[in-house]
Order: sequence, then structure tokens, then C-alpha cells
Amino acid sequence: MSTVETVTNEPSLEPQATEVMTYREALRLALREELQRDEHVFIMGEEVGVFEGAYKVTAGLMAEFGAERVRDTPISEEGFVGAGVGAAMLGERPVVEIMTINFLLVAMDQVVNHAAKIGAMFGGQVRCPLVIRTPNGAGNQLTAQHSQSFEGWFASTPGLKVVAPATPADAKGLLKSAIRDEDPVLVVENLAIYKERGEVPLDPEFLTPIGLANVARRGSDITLVAHSYATVRALHVAERLARDHGVDAEVVDLRSLRPLDVDTVAESVAKTSRAVCIEEGWPSYGVTAELAARIQKACFDYLDAPVERVGMAEVPLPYAKQLELAAMPGEDRIEAAVLATLGLRA
Amino acid sequence: MEISKQTLSRLYEQMLLIRSFETASEREYKAALIGGYCHLSSGQEAATVGSTYALEADDRLITGYRCHGFALARGVPPEAVMAELFGRAGGCAHGRGGSMHLLDVGRGYFGGWGIVAGQLPIATGLALALVRQQRRQCVLCELGDGAVNMGAWHESLNLASVWQLPVVFLVMNNEYGMGTSVERASAVTDLHQRAAAYGMRSERIDGNDLPAVIEATSDLTAAARDDRTPSVLELVTYRFRGHSVADPGLSYRTTEEIAEHAKHDPLQRVRATLVAAGVSEDELNALAAEAEQRVLAAVEWARADAAPEVSELAKGMYAPGSAAQFAGMLAGAPFGERELVFAGGLGQ
Repeated sequence: MSTVETVTNEPSLEPQATEVMTYREALRLALREELQRDEHVFIMGEEVGVFEGAYKVTAGLMAEFGAERVRDTPISEEGFVGAGVGAAMLGERPVVEIMTINFLLVAMDQVVNHAAKIGAMFGGQVRCPLVIRTPNGAGNQLTAQHSQSFEGWFASTPGLKVVAPATPADAKGLLKSAIRDEDPVLVVENLAIYKERGEVPLDPEFLTPIGLANVARRGSDITLVAHSYATVRALHVAERLARDHGVDAEVVDLRSLRPLDVDTVAESVAKTSRAVCIEEGWPSYGVTAELAARIQKACFDYLDAPVERVGMAEVPLPYAKQLELAAMPGEDRIEAAVLATLGLRA
Repeated sequence: MEISKQTLSRLYEQMLLIRSFETASEREYKAALIGGYCHLSSGQEAATVGSTYALEADDRLITGYRCHGFALARGVPPEAVMAELFGRAGGCAHGRGGSMHLLDVGRGYFGGWGIVAGQLPIATGLALALVRQQRRQCVLCELGDGAVNMGAWHESLNLASVWQLPVVFLVMNNEYGMGTSVERASAVTDLHQRAAAYGMRSERIDGNDLPAVIEATSDLTAAARDDRTPSVLELVTYRFRGHSVADPGLSYRTTEEIAEHAKHDPLQRVRATLVAAGVSEDELNALAAEAEQRVLAAVEWARADAAPEVSELAKGMYAPGSAAQFAGMLAGAPFGERELVFAGGLGQ
């Protein structure tokens, strides 16, 4: 990811105008624009207002929009996620922040058994335009209960939409698309990614479409498929591979997990004949499991090697830094997986 | 509360309709024309009809899964309810919901929900939306006595109180959560007392006393509308049938107990009131026969209605316009997904 300085300070209204900002700031910009655009949009969650957000995504928004639209909640995830479901059913546009995805599990019933069911179970007569934003991820020695990545669980549920932006631009564009979508959308952020910087379009109508993957790096030798922070890692690894091994890797950033844009993935793999799928979560029954299944079906005649997967080691994450680092899908392990899939030595 | 003879007579008709409907549901379930779970509310008619009567046309109602009576009391045509039980396209949830998931958005009925207490957080959200939209309306949220032991009850009551949401939590205490009596399940058996923990107004009344139910619900819904005062109303009642049609309802209670409750059948109580008010037995018998005919007609209508098309399997799951978002998901999809889901109206 680029860390270049701000490219423009002009208050330009040109649609192409961009500004370099962090992922966190891009999310905040999206929230501010949508709060301004539509009075039905409101934010609720733990510490989103007075405290300005556990990870400061909502900093300043309560001061700007008031406590009614940036609404602090008690520690009651099931209660306020469900309140979001109900408000959405009556035409509001709630954006619910869950401090981390680990805490979303206590609201699982409202997400999976309720929000996801509304469209189909009632014959399409009522909709639930709810957004839930939450970060996943490990790497801060937060240990077993606070270091998980459950987006695959939610993405396996028909009735939900799940997006997981990897760049500040997509953080803005996908969050805005999620808020404007008529269905419940889980926006998966990531603790490590909040500080990443990149160019972000300033146009308030800039939207990243849901269900469209992005080829983040063009290449011809192998396809790396990833989402969220794993995309950041994959792009770093791709540069290392080019530099150290002369390998030209293509990186497909999924951006959206449900809908999943297999077309873009398959097109890439048909070209490179090899794929390594990477995720921050546990691979068994995970996002990469789904990718491997679909790639082998869509690209059976093109594959020159088994589809490989890299994810979190399948243990509850330990505290000790060395153990945590070893368990995570770090760049060394990704690189090793790529080289093995290419039949090359490290 | 003074209820006019005409109103009482109309509510009695609703109660008769519900009783006949439940009787027919059990019959058709046993004839295998209704599947899944089927929870009957016979014995709870006064609580159902009285509380629903207290609602204004633009108030919102949300319930658990024992919901046939509430749908009917709210005015959903019996044809649409029975067709839903039959899994027909003309059902009020288009054959997608069944007995537990009735719905009629136009009548402000936001659904029967099947996970115990799951509808409570949603009710607070409906009420929050009413506040945000500055509507002088309220939400009536029905739940069973078993639901008060769920975390969602605690979280929802607290949230409703902290945020002053216009919602009345209506506890239908029929003495058993499935087969577990309130005494065996709840440390406090006067369930409404739990509202005190949230600084919330509450009442417990005889749910089989129709005028009392109307009066209490009217007071509390008015307070919700006028002052955004949330509350708990516990209606003590009894279900004559088992937890669901599949449960004879005898392993956890005696036939004597059921017979004792049958002596205080809410229908008989209202009938006695009407007789005392000068309505003739003939007229009342005619009302009962009419209700039965109405239900028989609904059964016939449901029987004749078409099953939903498999070509619409995915209907409603995602909002119209979502199909394009899913276009890329067809590649490598599991066997049959193209025909069933993508051709089945996904996001159309």
C-alpha cells in the first residue's frame, strides 16, 4: 500500500478528485457523507459517540450530527443489532458498529436467524436495509477471544451480503454501497488495516459495487486470491516474488464475499493456471475452502497445480508474540505457499 | 372499562373465529395438509383479541410463533392465514413462512418469529424507528412466558427503558414454556415484576377477562404513544392444547388441570356477558356457526390455492436489482444452484 503524501489540497469538486487518507478516515468520510445525504441513516453501537469509537472510526460524528444520529448503546449486542433490524424494517438505515467481530457472536441470532431471513421468509414483502460494520483480525496479542475472523460464517448464510474492503477507496465505496443497499450487509473491516493509506475519491457519489472483485495487481504466473487485510499481505508478497524470484503474480481482491465474484477469479486462474487463496481466518470450512471448491470446478481444465490455501493456523490464538506471529498467515508463509505451488524452491 | 354490546359482540366473533381456526388447523395438520410446527392458541382468545383491539390502525404488532390468533385479530383474512399454513402461494407470507411466520405489513403486523425472544430486540427497533420518524404510534410485542428467561428480554427491556421507546411487551403467560411450568423456569413467577429491574411500568392481569385486557392494553399503549413510556403487560391465560399439534400436552399437566381451566373458557365468559346484556342464545349460536363457516371457506380456499412455483424458489431473498450483484457467483457454483436459485428469481 502506498504511503505517499497527500496529492491534492484543492477543494476540487471534480468527480476524479482524490485525497490520500487512511482506511479509517475513508470509512468516516463515507459515514459523514451518508449521514448528510439521508436523514434515515443513523449510527449506533458501543462507544461510537462520546468515546468517538473504540477504533476512532466515528470520531467527530456525534459532535457534527448529534447524539440521536450517533447513538451510544449499552453493551447489548443482541439487543441493539436487533434494534437495527427492527428500525430497518420500518425504513430507517441503521449502521450498527460492533466493536470487533468477536462480539458479533452474541448477536449471531439476530444476524443469521432474523436479519438474513426477512426477505425470503416473508415472501419479499418487507426488507431489512441494515448495515453492520465490524473489524476482524489478529496481531495485537489480543489472544484467543479477540483475534478472530468470522466473515466466512456470515458469508455462508443466504440472505446476507458480506463485503470486506482492502483499500481506503473501497472502504469508502463499499460502505456507501452497503448503506444504500436494500438488504442486510455485513461490512468486515480489520484492525491492522485501519492505518493503511491510499487515494480515496472525494466524489460523494463514488460507490464500489457490491459483488465485483478487483484485479489489484496484474500478473501472469500465479493468482493470489484474498480479501481485506490478506489482500494487503498478498500485494506485499507479490512484490517480493517479483523482486526475489522473478515471479509475476496476479492478485485478485475479492472485495465482496457474498455475492462472491468467482468470474473474476476464474478468469485470472484460467490465465495463470495456479491459485493460492489467502485469508485471515481459519481455512477449514472458510472463505478459501469455498474459493478452492469453486476454482477447481470453474477452472478444472486450466489448473497445473492443486489450489493452495493459506490462513490462520487452526488453533485458538495464543498470547505470546512468537506464537501469535507463527499462527498468522504472514508474508513468509504466503510466499512459501506460492513458491511450492509453482514448484519452485524458496 | 365499559365496552359496548356491539363491540363485545364483534370481539366475540373474532374469538370464535380464532377458536374455529385453531380447531381446523389441528384437523388439517393431522390430515397432513399442514406441515412443520403448528402452535395453537385455543384458550388464549381473550388475551389475543383484547390486546390487539387496543391498537390503533397505524400501531405496529410483532409476535412470537403462536401467532394465528394475532394475525386474525389484526384483520388478516383467514384465507391468507390458512393458505400460509397450507404452504400456498396465496398465503400471507407467500408460502414461505408457514404457521410461525405470518405477516401483514399493510396491517402493521411485522411478523410471527420462531426463535424465543428473538422478536423483542426487533420490537425495540420498530419503536426506535417510530421515534425517529416522529410518529405518535406504538409497538405491541407479544411473547410467551418462556421468553422472559432469554437474554434478549433483558437487553430489550433495558434498551426500551434507557431510550424511552414506545413499546408494550405483552407477556402471554399460559403457564408453560413448552412443557416447563413457570414455577420450574422462573425465579420470580409474577413475571411482570421483572420490569422493575428496568424502572419500567408493568401490570399483571387475568388475560381471560376480555374487558380487563382491553383496559390495561389501552392504558399502556396510550402511555407508549403519548409519553414514549415502555411497559410490560402480563396476561395470565392458559392454552387448552399442547405446545404444538404434535404435543398432546399431557406429560407435564393433568387432564384435571386442563378440565379446570376449561371451566373458565374465555369464550364462555364473553358469551355469558353477552347473554346478560340481552343477546339471545340463538344469535350467539348463529355467530358460532358463522365463524365455523368462515373457517371452512378459508380451508377450501387454501386447498384450492396453488403451491408456490419452484421457479420462484429464491423470490424475495434479496432485494430487486440484486441479481446483477450475484452474476459473478454462478461460476463454479454447486450442482443445481443455477436452476434452483439463479433461475429461481435471485434478486429479481
